Amino acid sequence: MKKICLIVFVSLIFSLSIHAKSKKEKTIVKVDGSSTVYLITEAVAEKFQESKKGSIHVTVGISGTGGGFEKFCKGEIDIADASRPIEQKEINSCKDKKITYVELPIGYDALTVVVNPKNTWVNSMTVAELKKLWEPTPEGQTPITQWNQINPTWPKTKISLYGPGAKSGTFDYFTKAIVGKEKSSRADYMPSEDDNTTVTGVAGDENALGYFGFAYYSENMDKLKAIAIDSGKGTVIPSQEAVEHGTYQPLSRPLFIYVNTQSLKKKHVKEFAEFYVNNAQTLVADVKYVPFQKAEYDMVKVRLMGMQQGTVFAGKAEAGLKIKEILQRKPKI
Amino acid sequence: MTAEIMKDIKKKIYEHKIYDRVFSLIGVILTFMVLMVLFVLLIDLMRNGVPRLSVSFFTSYPSRFANRAGILSAWVGTILVMTVTAIAAVPIGVAAGIYLEEYARKNWITNLIEINITNLAGVPSIIYGLMALGIFVYQLELGQSILTAGLTLSLLILPIVIVSTREALRTIPIGIREAAQAAGATKWQVVKDHLVPYSAGGVFTGIIIALSRAIGETAPLLTIGALTFIAFLPDSPFMGEFPYISFDWLLSPFTVMPIQMFNWVSRPQIDFHKNAAAAGCVLIFMSIGMNALAMYLRYKYRKKIQW
Repeated sequence: MKKICLIVFVSLIFSLSIHAKSKKEKTIVKVDGSSTVYLITEAVAEKFQESKKGSIHVTVGISGTGGGFEKFCKGEIDIADASRPIEQKEINSCKDKKITYVELPIGYDALTVVVNPKNTWVNSMTVAELKKLWEPTPEGQTPITQWNQINPTWPKTKISLYGPGAKSGTFDYFTKAIVGKEKSSRADYMPSEDDNTTVTGVAGDENALGYFGFAYYSENMDKLKAIAIDSGKGTVIPSQEAVEHGTYQPLSRPLFIYVNTQSLKKKHVKEFAEFYVNNAQTLVADVKYVPFQKAEYDMVKVRLMGMQQGTVFAGKAEAGLKIKEILQRKPKI
Repeated sequence: MTAEIMKDIKKKIYEHKIYDRVFSLIGVILTFMVLMVLFVLLIDLMRNGVPRLSVSFFTSYPSRFANRAGILSAWVGTILVMTVTAIAAVPIGVAAGIYLEEYARKNWITNLIEINITNLAGVPSIIYGLMALGIFVYQLELGQSILTAGLTLSLLILPIVIVSTREALRTIPIGIREAAQAAGATKWQVVKDHLVPYSAGGVFTGIIIALSRAIGETAPLLTIGALTFIAFLPDSPFMGEFPYISFDWLLSPFTVMPIQMFNWVSRPQIDFHKNAAAAGCVLIFMSIGMNALAMYLRYKYRKKIQW
């Protein structure tokens, strides 16, 4: 009998406290989405909490860009991390739930094509060569399995390919930029969810080629060789400067955060978003991505403060855009 | 003639003994190989991780600097989620086990239940995550919280708890039940005073092994929305004012050890990989600790039993 009383009592408190909780407004900023942008958001969140001495809490998840937008368009999170612009079907599902947003570019990533340092024959590749290598084999043609099939001066050895898995935003952007159609890629390569697998694979195989975000190259420069990309205006090796000056094309990609306008009306979310844009220049560089110029962040800030809703991409994937162009366009819902 | 037969038989026996030896040798070699792999993995993990272990590693939140990052939110999250899992799974699992073993009539419904439980134990964990996302997160509106995570994992381990409870009950000789009933005990008295205490060791072992499976789960927790960066702890369960105990922590967002580890492993910087190894060591110590506890409890309860 005593035990039963105890159980009833405990469950009573339990239900009471849960009830009380739902009335309490918590100052939490919820962010979720891309694992690429996560590294930047984590840095911002850490610094923001330090500066607020813990009075505002920030949580960041990694659901992937698509997963992030799914939650964002259900109104579950305040900010979505995205390594590509919002797509048409995501625009529609946000519209259905009457969720509006401000699109803020926050930095660049440079997709880097790497080979083994022992590979002496390739120093640069044209976009056409990369396309030939990565596109799904056109009907009636033999698939490319050896280096000399791309360029006759290269050796007749087997080529092994590494890259990110099909769920990754990096994969989406690379296929769009190189092959010309999003998600269109040959399938006989080693896909990995963790880019370190590609690092290890290419570092251990003379005939390998792979691609991933710049940070994975800059941490492993001693084990890998980056390939200069020729998009018709001469070869450009990926570097901080080349990305900043907009010459590393078409593999520089902008990264975004999307802020819910309803949330933006709350003081703590607004403070966080402002803090994000104000500190992006240093923090983006800290986590090995490429920041914009100060003047460009000022334009981003104008977009945030003016609460300019919508996207400038109209749901279509585009590759090779310079940040100036992106910022000069007017966002549309 | 007889000598010849004897010789034949001896030869046969000799041959068979050789097969015996060969088989046991193969067994030893295979066991040794498996253990070697495990040891190499463990040693590699320790070599990378142990130098990183320090007090501040346990008391720091995740950070963009590898040497400042720690697992505070992760280990607190893991312990809280495991507590909820145990509280939810143990009473239901043990009760279901006792019912199926002692009370249930052998008919088609019982058979159906038994088949389902066995099958449930083999369902991939991400399926539980998807179901929990639909039921706990959206239907019951529990949110992406410690409570949801705990309940999800408790569903995951429920079949294991049920099966091990039944196994433990089966090891009790039928004579015990008959003797107690002969002395006039009701079924409930038999269960309460004899079966439960005698099987406690086995039941505890089952529970702890189930929990040490749950502690390493990532997939279902990611599905329901476990976070990766969280630099604050859930509210304390104790308060200074009425009603003194708070359950707010149940609805708090969280992360757990394996998720934190996975995040660190997939980063480009090698220093984060060392953090991941260190977190791996902690996780392994946690589950070795739980297994040791299981062994101790089994030993303790077995010693108490006097038939």
